[in-house]
Amino acid sequence: MALNLPAKRVLSGNVELPENVVVSRLDELASWCRKNSLWPMPFATACCGIELMATGAAKHDLARFGAEVFRFSPRQCDLMIVAGRVVMKMLPVLQRIWQQMHEPKWCISMGACASTGGVFDTYSVVQGIDRFIPVDMYVPGCPPRPEQLIQAIIDLQDKIQAEGTVTGREFDTSQRQLRKRALVEANALHVLDAARNPVVQRELSASVHRS
Amino acid sequence: MPHALPALNDVLASVTARFGGLESSEFRGETRVVVPEPQSLEVLALLKELGFDMLVDVTCVDYLEYRGAKQRYGLVYLLASTTTNQRITVRVFVDDPDPTVRSVVPLWRAANWLEREVWDLFGIHFAGHPDLRRLVMPEAFAAHPLRKDYPLQGRGERHNFPVITRDHS
Repeated sequence: MALNLPAKRVLSGNVELPENVVVSRLDELASWCRKNSLWPMPFATACCGIELMATGAAKHDLARFGAEVFRFSPRQCDLMIVAGRVVMKMLPVLQRIWQQMHEPKWCISMGACASTGGVFDTYSVVQGIDRFIPVDMYVPGCPPRPEQLIQAIIDLQDKIQAEGTVTGREFDTSQRQLRKRALVEANALHVLDAARNPVVQRELSASVHRS
Repeated sequence: MPHALPALNDVLASVTARFGGLESSEFRGETRVVVPEPQSLEVLALLKELGFDMLVDVTCVDYLEYRGAKQRYGLVYLLASTTTNQRITVRVFVDDPDPTVRSVVPLWRAANWLEREVWDLFGIHFAGHPDLRRLVMPEAFAAHPLRKDYPLQGRGERHNFPVITRDHS
């Protein structure tokens, strides 16, 4: 079980807990909630999409893992499943949809084509979506069976439980914080260009001095 | 239809009578006429008058380094008659540099997108086309990727997109 239940139901300081009280860390609780209610965004462009539909349908029943509600609006999703090849003309669409999804969000690259380009080693097909958007889980297969996709979702749930934090700290990097803060302050300055933004430059020079 | 019907021979006869010695051949019941580029629009117009009222497809073959090929690009016009079910193939050969044929959009409006596709992928210029833009490749794409001298994996066009990482999404 994911929640860390104390072995004895007595906290330090000899506070006795009633039976209906559970103690955990907030990070674990948030991750536990999130991993069991993933909302997939089906980015299905090819035959992997058929297996994706089968995974969500009655026989394989993705509802057992709390991820059965496929939404076709990225605003309502937190798990992008890229099922199928992505051509270069589609890639800006994929990137835009990914950016429209709310955080925390995850991405599963389903099948050989989404992961590597597969047999489509041509001028028009992107050779692996992870070159252009972040990917958390890769599913091999051409197309993968629903069991494989379910395994990827289970693994993703484990990853969320292991790394997840209530504020999404696991996605944070110093670079990202720098850019976010710069955006907030630059909005007042109407300068979004990092090279000409005094806030970014100050942060950059400060980080250079620290290191 | 295993063989060309007599009516098709009449068509060939009248086309040849009007435009002189056009090379024609038959293979497994499919009749093919080779038309010199300057006469292509007139021949196709005559064929339309003679009953081939449907333009099935316009496409192209790149004969680069093909044995026996005299000119590089061979355009293919597939025509059909909706009344007699007959079909005829018209070939027009053009060559580098600046391969150009006249557009058949004035004859068949269906040719609009077909010719745009051939322009997009082979770089054949269709003179008189009302809107000769790329059809399938992105607008900013520079090459014509179905030409034989275009590398199979491209020239890095698909690598120009911005990379979105966890840092900025």
